[in-house]
Amino acid sequence: MDANTLYCSLELVAGSGHTLNSEQRAALQTSLVILRKNYKFKRVLFWGKIMGLKEDYFIAQGRGEDELKDRTSLYSFNCIDWLQLPPATDALINHVTTAAKGRFIGDPSFVYDHDPQQRPGTEKQAEEVMAAKVTEEMRLAVTVHLIDEEVSVVPRGAFVKRPHGLVQLNPSFSGLSESEAIKLDNYLHFSEPKNLKKKSILELGELNPAIDFLDVLSDDIPKGSWSLQLECAGRVCVLRSLLWLGLTFYHVPMTQQHGYIYMGYGNKNLDLPFML
Amino acid sequence: MTTWSRYLSQPTSAELLADQQRLLFVRPDDAEQEEELVETALPNVSELAFFLEQAGVGLGKEEMHRIFLALKQLVDSEELQRCRLWGKILGTTSSYIVAEAECKEGLEEEEEEEKEEEEQSDEGAVKKEEDPLLQTNLKPPPVVPKEALGTGANKFMFYVCSEPGLPWVKLPSVSPAQITAARQIHKFFTGRLDAPVVCNPPFPGKEVNYLRAQISRISAGTQASPLGYYEMQEEEEESDAEDSYEVNPDFEGIPVAEMTESLTNWVHNIQHILPQGRCTWVNLAAKAGDDSNENEEEEEEEDEPEPEIGPPLLTPLSKDEQMFNIPPWNTRLSSRLTPQHAVAVLRSNLWPGAVAYADGKKFDNIYVGWGVKYMGEGYSPALPPLPQGEFPTGPEISEAVDPAVEEEESQEEHEGSQEEREESDEEEKEDDDDE
Repeated sequence: MDANTLYCSLELVAGSGHTLNSEQRAALQTSLVILRKNYKFKRVLFWGKIMGLKEDYFIAQGRGEDELKDRTSLYSFNCIDWLQLPPATDALINHVTTAAKGRFIGDPSFVYDHDPQQRPGTEKQAEEVMAAKVTEEMRLAVTVHLIDEEVSVVPRGAFVKRPHGLVQLNPSFSGLSESEAIKLDNYLHFSEPKNLKKKSILELGELNPAIDFLDVLSDDIPKGSWSLQLECAGRVCVLRSLLWLGLTFYHVPMTQQHGYIYMGYGNKNLDLPFML
Repeated sequence: MTTWSRYLSQPTSAELLADQQRLLFVRPDDAEQEEELVETALPNVSELAFFLEQAGVGLGKEEMHRIFLALKQLVDSEELQRCRLWGKILGTTSSYIVAEAECKEGLEEEEEEEKEEEEQSDEGAVKKEEDPLLQTNLKPPPVVPKEALGTGANKFMFYVCSEPGLPWVKLPSVSPAQITAARQIHKFFTGRLDAPVVCNPPFPGKEVNYLRAQISRISAGTQASPLGYYEMQEEEEESDAEDSYEVNPDFEGIPVAEMTESLTNWVHNIQHILPQGRCTWVNLAAKAGDDSNENEEEEEEEDEPEPEIGPPLLTPLSKDEQMFNIPPWNTRLSSRLTPQHAVAVLRSNLWPGAVAYADGKKFDNIYVGWGVKYMGEGYSPALPPLPQGEFPTGPEISEAVDPAVEEEESQEEHEGSQEEREESDEEEKEDDDDE
């Protein structure tokens, strides 16, 4: 969620159970401003908190010109000193997802033991894999990237795609109406679209290319992996992901306020089909 | 099109809820000015909210205050002795806010009487139906009996509501079968109390029973208090009262630093639930002996089942088992910069969402989460049992087709002609011998 509105938006997502205490909030208000100045971000967000066994990681994200592509993530233990996370490439993602299992420890230099039996490839491949070890910092970068990729949410109309291809905040977004806010069709994934090309020309004709350039949440498989509720006396629409437990998105209908935050353990809920 | 919705007469859901929640803020006219020194059953939720926020758990200030007022309504309407905010369980379409209360003695008898009446009417109906049919010798395995209200897993009563301001619903007491079934399944809550729980092995009951079972499991697994806050009551007469404890008046409080350093300073204050599904073990074999007096010899030969023993009440958390290679608890201080006034925070790793805080003499527990246990990396549900094998086929039980009448007659003729030929052969032989 945007650092400028952190003080009031934390109350709106608190329905999921996790908040920040007053010391952390005060520290964030100061350090995010400094962060924005140092890294020259256009906008800086507090992305969330990943809880480890010994320590918790606080994650912030800076956005550049293109909101979708210029994303830099940073982590901290005390909300004051921020360290940059490495960018998550496909090779890194494959490497980490096989090696790292279990809960986050809380130590960024912790090395995960790689199980050599899992790779029945050639000897050369096995050697390469054994050489590069997986640290928790890499795992953190990959987890943040995967969560953004799979479950980050924005309301329809909040972002526009400019003619040059840049994705930016829509200044004339006035919020979803009360009736639109309770339908899952009006929420979009904030990541590169995968399902748009599969739609028929008839469906594409109804969409507005400036606004509807992202995947809709209601196309997610399995159906029911999002929990949509009205919280805070019915004034705030809250979406919770059941795939990554801990991701909460809020939107106050008829206003511009929206945002998402992840407060959880950093593990994907692979048992989802059994639990629905 | 969106502006038209404001002119339509249908109120939005927020407006409907606001009308109901307005009642929370109405002070009844006949409320006397209560003395401040009188102890009330209402917990101080504002204080709880402050400490929980320091611990990083919270539902939002305004929401906590609404819950506070809703608890006040509950205490006044049900006349509870002692009440506590237990926590919040999130569901897919709506959530539950759960309040824990101590049982009133009068209610126990009413429920037991109702149960007895139902059983008698059931037996009568069943007997009439069974008379014309054959009776089988197969007896279903004995059902583990429920614990009485006020003891074991049913020590407290629970009330739930989906939004503060809406009426509270009382949850029924839990049975051991429901707890054992809940241990084997891994399902989200939907938010509707009458929803069926579809899973394998089948759950005996609806979501309201599943909710109650999970609440019992979470309470038994994660409710903790500082060492020395409670002490065991020494009962002289009954040995059943293993679960009685009372607040220790001499408790001086443990410094926060010590609470975060070692887990021996925290103890469980709810009884552990045995694998049988109850807190006190029941010997089912002894119960079966009452029903069938004919098979006494067989019973003596059978081994008696060993009693299940769990850790006694008030065992420290340091004795909890480690599962999935992670420690079951982790402790933090709420603040690094001002540790002098920080609060000790205890989080559970097995039930994500269960948090306890302690600050000198004050402590409390809360659960805010999805109501499911951490199952490790992968969960595979129990497979359905294999189909029963059929009786092996063989000649003694397989039917042979009876030959038709013509075939029988032709067979007889054939045999008859054979006999004639044999007789003629013998005659020829005799003739030959004679010659």
